[in-house]
Amino acid sequence: METAKKRMLTGNKAMAEAISQEMERDSNVFVLGEDIGKYGGIFGSTQGLIEKFGPERVLDTPISETAFIGAAIGAAAEGMRPIAELMFVDFFGVCMDQIYNHMAKIPYMSGGNVKLPMVLMTAVGGGYRDAGQHSQTLYAAFAHMPGMKVVAPSNPYDLKGMMVSAIRDDNPVVFMFHKSLQGLGWMEQLDVAVDNVPEESYTVPLNKAKVVREGKDVTIVGIQMMTHYAVEAAERLAKDGIEAEVIDLRSLAPIDKGTIIESVKKTHRLLVVDEDYLSYGMTAEVSAIVAEEAFFEMEAPISRLAIPDVPIPYSGVLEDFVIPGPNKIYEQVKKMMDEA
Amino acid sequence: MTMFEEKQPAVSMEKMEWMYEQMVKIRYYEDQMAEAYMEGKTPVFNIGAGTVPGEMHLATGQEPAAVGICVHLTKDDTVTAPHRPHHHAIAKGVDLKKMTAEIFGKETGLGKGKGGHMHLFDPEVKFSCGGIVGAGIPHAVGAAMTSKMKGKDWVAVAFIGEGAANAGAFHESLNLAAVWNLPLIVVVEDNSYGISVAKKASTSVESNDLRASAYGIAGAYVKDNDPIAMYKAAEEAVARARNGQGPTIIEIETYRYLGHFQGDPELYRDQTEVPGLRQLDPLNKLRKMLAESENISEADLETMEKRAKQEVDEAYQFARDSSYPDPESALKDVFHP
Repeated sequence: METAKKRMLTGNKAMAEAISQEMERDSNVFVLGEDIGKYGGIFGSTQGLIEKFGPERVLDTPISETAFIGAAIGAAAEGMRPIAELMFVDFFGVCMDQIYNHMAKIPYMSGGNVKLPMVLMTAVGGGYRDAGQHSQTLYAAFAHMPGMKVVAPSNPYDLKGMMVSAIRDDNPVVFMFHKSLQGLGWMEQLDVAVDNVPEESYTVPLNKAKVVREGKDVTIVGIQMMTHYAVEAAERLAKDGIEAEVIDLRSLAPIDKGTIIESVKKTHRLLVVDEDYLSYGMTAEVSAIVAEEAFFEMEAPISRLAIPDVPIPYSGVLEDFVIPGPNKIYEQVKKMMDEA
Repeated sequence: MTMFEEKQPAVSMEKMEWMYEQMVKIRYYEDQMAEAYMEGKTPVFNIGAGTVPGEMHLATGQEPAAVGICVHLTKDDTVTAPHRPHHHAIAKGVDLKKMTAEIFGKETGLGKGKGGHMHLFDPEVKFSCGGIVGAGIPHAVGAAMTSKMKGKDWVAVAFIGEGAANAGAFHESLNLAAVWNLPLIVVVEDNSYGISVAKKASTSVESNDLRASAYGIAGAYVKDNDPIAMYKAAEEAVARARNGQGPTIIEIETYRYLGHFQGDPELYRDQTEVPGLRQLDPLNKLRKMLAESENISEADLETMEKRAKQEVDEAYQFARDSSYPDPESALKDVFHP
């Protein structure tokens, strides 16, 4: 077991390994999307699959998101388990009808008679100067609409385990992976994008948040990059004598209310941090849950950090200003502690 | 010369009878629906009121498109249909009782009252439809992909209106199906109007089968709403698909006797248009042709007509007798457990 513990994988390799193992296990699983064959996915999510399974099960598509996501729906209705990749979540505009009017609604409108066991995986996130049409997360846009499970893992271990769960799930799962957490050689190298990943197959549930750092003074709820920034901020806060509990939300829909409520009952303070737009977003949802279910537990007003309702700008100084980072989180918590 | 004018159409009597009986069933079904739809909507029309609320798009006059191809299909073949789906559903063999109950919003319906007339799903016979123009084409592509991946000879048929041929999903789907050489057939029912906009005002080509050349696939055109010509064109397309020779676009000139939906004032067309079309009614023509045949008697025709109508009457009765769903069941079926 000592050697297994030291097996380190990047996010993209963890994802690709999950898909590969599920393709071996179930002949109904196949992948389709743009540049997912020879290229291995622009963000490496399908690396090595075409070599192993051939072009019959790893299908490069034309730039026709409506056709291939719709085809995945049609194949899933016939009992296949397709994994379709929408290269950037920002491209949802050209195919959202298939996603929210069909993928998300057919199981319901059929009274449960049609199952759509499919995964729509898509790259999210900014921070690498790609501007407004390639840097969004759009977590809430998807989580808002019923009929889709929406998950956003933050590390290689979860990327593998949640991908396995997503493929085996009988419902449509939107699987959002963060570009910066794929551990790609051509992006900024982050320690958190490499992790111990067991070789054998395992699952991580699609409905459970995770406490990634325990603390008694304040709860910080984050997701993907924001979780990592929150942990970074928490280490600094600890030096000031403030112990922050950090929750990695992991799953947007369904959302794990229990873990959040349990934490704020202990800390009595809440900061929610998101890489999506502020208004009507995940931070509002988490805040509302706490306000509804744990209002009298709170010792300070709930606080939120997110993209301040502007498109993601290009220039580095601008982008860094709008995307919450460790400094902003640190300062926000300090302010909350001072006010209380 | 249309098939109607040929003395000896090369279609077996058995298939002709099947098509005729299905057309009778569809016509009678839609007539009954038009009546049921108005229950509770007079003297003041309120779309949300009555036995059958919501939008209602009937296919009276468009029967040939559905029967002419479904006669070649089995329950392993897939059909996707648009917002005007009853003729396709009936021809594909969808459970008529559950379908009618669904349209009546009852718990015994195909979707337990969650879909309604534009959203009918019967996986037993691989039938689905939807309310977004053109959106069913990619689903048929997915079914055709599945057939190919599993090494089957199943085909997938996407029915659309001529208006949908101008939507992006049409282009994306046909290109993809052609690139992957899939067993897909797109049947374009040209009923002359996308709601109120005439085909001439919306479509750059005379007929959409011409667009087949843009994808390097086969195209066929059926004029005069002729079920036998449709049978022939579909026979070739289905054989092509089953033999791994790729997709086909078939456009059929058909007639929409009614409005886009029930309650449509139809101010966009001349009042003489529909009476003129009804003179050319394919159901009457086919009956006349069968009656003139030596192989079938008037009594046989009446037996078929009676049988078809009885099945429809039973379906409506089943729908009326069924209960509405428990309101709280609205919270179920979002996810499979």
